[in-house]
Amino acid sequence: MAEAPKETLAGKQAVLEGLPDHPAVKALLAWNADAFTDALFDRGELTLTVTPEKICEAVTAVKNAGYNAFEDMTAVDWLPSEPRFQLSYHILSHQYKERIRLKTWLNSGDPAIESITSVWSGANYYEREVFDLFGIRFEGHPNLRRILMPDDWVGHPLRKDYPVEGYR
Amino acid sequence: MVDVGTPILSAPPAEGARDQHMVLNMGPQHPSTHGVLRLVLEIDGEIVVRLYPEIGYLHTGIEKTCEAKFYQQVVPLTDRVDYLGPMANNLCYCLAVEKLLQLEVPERAVWIRVLLTELTRLNSHLIWLGTHAMDIGALTVFLYTFREREDILRIFEAVAGQRMMTSYFRIGGLSMEPPLDLFDRIQSFIKTFPEKIDEYSNLLTGNPIFRNRLMGIGHLSPEDAIALAVTGPTMRASGIDFDLRRDMPYSSYEKFQFKVPVSNRCDCWGRYEVRLLEMRESIGIIQQALDGMPGGPIKADAPKIVLPDREKMKTQMEALIHHFKIVTEGFNVPAGEVYQGIESGHGQMGYYVVSDGTAKPYRVHMRYPGFATLQALETMCQGRMLADVVAVIGSIDIVLGEIDR
Repeated sequence: MAEAPKETLAGKQAVLEGLPDHPAVKALLAWNADAFTDALFDRGELTLTVTPEKICEAVTAVKNAGYNAFEDMTAVDWLPSEPRFQLSYHILSHQYKERIRLKTWLNSGDPAIESITSVWSGANYYEREVFDLFGIRFEGHPNLRRILMPDDWVGHPLRKDYPVEGYR
Repeated sequence: MVDVGTPILSAPPAEGARDQHMVLNMGPQHPSTHGVLRLVLEIDGEIVVRLYPEIGYLHTGIEKTCEAKFYQQVVPLTDRVDYLGPMANNLCYCLAVEKLLQLEVPERAVWIRVLLTELTRLNSHLIWLGTHAMDIGALTVFLYTFREREDILRIFEAVAGQRMMTSYFRIGGLSMEPPLDLFDRIQSFIKTFPEKIDEYSNLLTGNPIFRNRLMGIGHLSPEDAIALAVTGPTMRASGIDFDLRRDMPYSSYEKFQFKVPVSNRCDCWGRYEVRLLEMRESIGIIQQALDGMPGGPIKADAPKIVLPDREKMKTQMEALIHHFKIVTEGFNVPAGEVYQGIESGHGQMGYYVVSDGTAKPYRVHMRYPGFATLQALETMCQGRMLADVVAVIGSIDIVLGEIDR
C-alpha cells in the first residue's frame, strides 16, 4: 500500500538555506517564508508545500515574483492516507527559465479548495478536470461542471478506490 | 463593409437581447475533430456571441490505464494520445521516467531522438497546414502535404516497423539500432523538402482568399495567451518569445543552432507564418543532427531496466534472466515525483509522473497543449463572424486525442 510522502520542517530549512540564489526561494523569503509548510529540492525540481487555505495567496505571490505562466495542475490520490489528496500546481517563469511546483494537501471528507481562476483564467479547464476525475470542489470557479465524463456519471474515475475496469 | 481588424461586438450583449440569439451546434468540421468536438455557439445573426466547447467524446481513461501498467508498458499508450506526433509523446514520457531513475542515456540515442522528434514536428505541421488550407477551401495543398507526410511515414516505418504508433523510444534509449540506410533517406528527404515548403507558400501566401480569411482573424493578445495557458506556436504568434527547446533545453537541444520564429501579429496569419518558419528551422536541426551524429550504443548500460539485445539473449543466461524479469515484473523506480516538459509540434507537452517505489507508476498526468489552447477559442472567436470560427480552429492546430486523453 502506498504511503503518502511525509512533510518535514527540517527539510524546509535545509532547502531554503541551501538554495539562496534560486529566484523562487528569494521571492518567497522576501514575501512570507512562514506561509510555506515544507520545501523539497529533488532531481532538479523545487517543490513548495502550502496549507490549502493559503493557496490563492501563495499563487499570487509566486506570480508577482516572476513566475508568470501557469502550466499545469493535477491531483494525486494517496488513499488510505490522511490528508488524502495532493494537489500539484506547476508554474513556469519565462524570465528565469525555471519551473516550480506548488503543492497542497486536502482531507478526504468533502475535499474543497479555493479556485485560482481569478489569478490565471487558464486554470479553468484543469480545475474542471480535477473536479471531474477526483471529485475535488473548487470554490469560486466560474463553471464547475464535469468536463470529460458525461454529466450523469457516477463516481470519480481517477480515485484509487475506483476500479480500472469501471463499476459496470 | 465590416472592418475585419476590430471585433464587431466589444462586450457580451445584455440579458434581454439573448432571446434573439440562436444556439447552434457546430459539429465535426475540422478533419481532426471528426465527431469528437462539439462547439455550442450562441449567435446573433452571423456573429458569435458566446462559444462553449463540449469535449470528452474521445476520453479513453488513459491516465487510469497507466496506473495499471509497468513503466515500460506505458510507452505504447503515449503514442495514442497525440496520434500525429508519436515520437514527441514517447520522448516526453521517457525523459520523465529517466529523470526519476536518474538514468544516463547514450549520446547516439539522444541525437537520434532529436532527429526523429523534429521529423515528427514536420509531420504534425504538414497535417496542420494541409487541413487548415482545406478548411479555408484550398484543397491542392492538402494533397501536397500528404504526399510529403507519406515520405516521413515511410521513414518511421523503416525505423520502427510502424507508420503512426511507432513506440520506438524506450526508457534508457531506443528499441533498436536504426537501419543502415536511414540517415541517407532522411538526408534525401530534407534535401528536397525546402522546395516543397516554397511550393505551399507560393500557393497560399499570395492567395487573396487565404489572406483575407486569416489576416486580423482570431485575435489573441499576449496577455490573454499567457493567462489562458496557451503555448507553442499559437503563443509565439502572439509575440511571446519562449521555446522550451532553447530556453530550458532537454535531450541535448543546447547543442543545436536554431532560431525561434516569433510573430507580433497575434492572429491566424501570424500562426501560419510562425509554423511555416518553424518547419524550415526543423530542417536545419535535422541537418545538424545528421552531420554530427555520434557513434556508440543506443541503449543505456542498465541491464535491470533496459531489455538486452536479442542476440545476447540467445547466448547469455544473465541476459535471458534480465529479459524475463523486466517483462514479467518490470523494474522498480525510486519514489518521488517529476515533471518533464518538452516542446511538441502543438506546444508545451508535459508529463507529471509520481512514483511510490514500485514497478507501476502511481500516477501519470499528461499535460497536452491542445487542452489549454481550447480555452482560448472563445476569446479568439467572440464578436466575430461564424465563418471565422472555422479558420480559428484550424489555426490553433488541435488534435482531439490530446484534449480528451
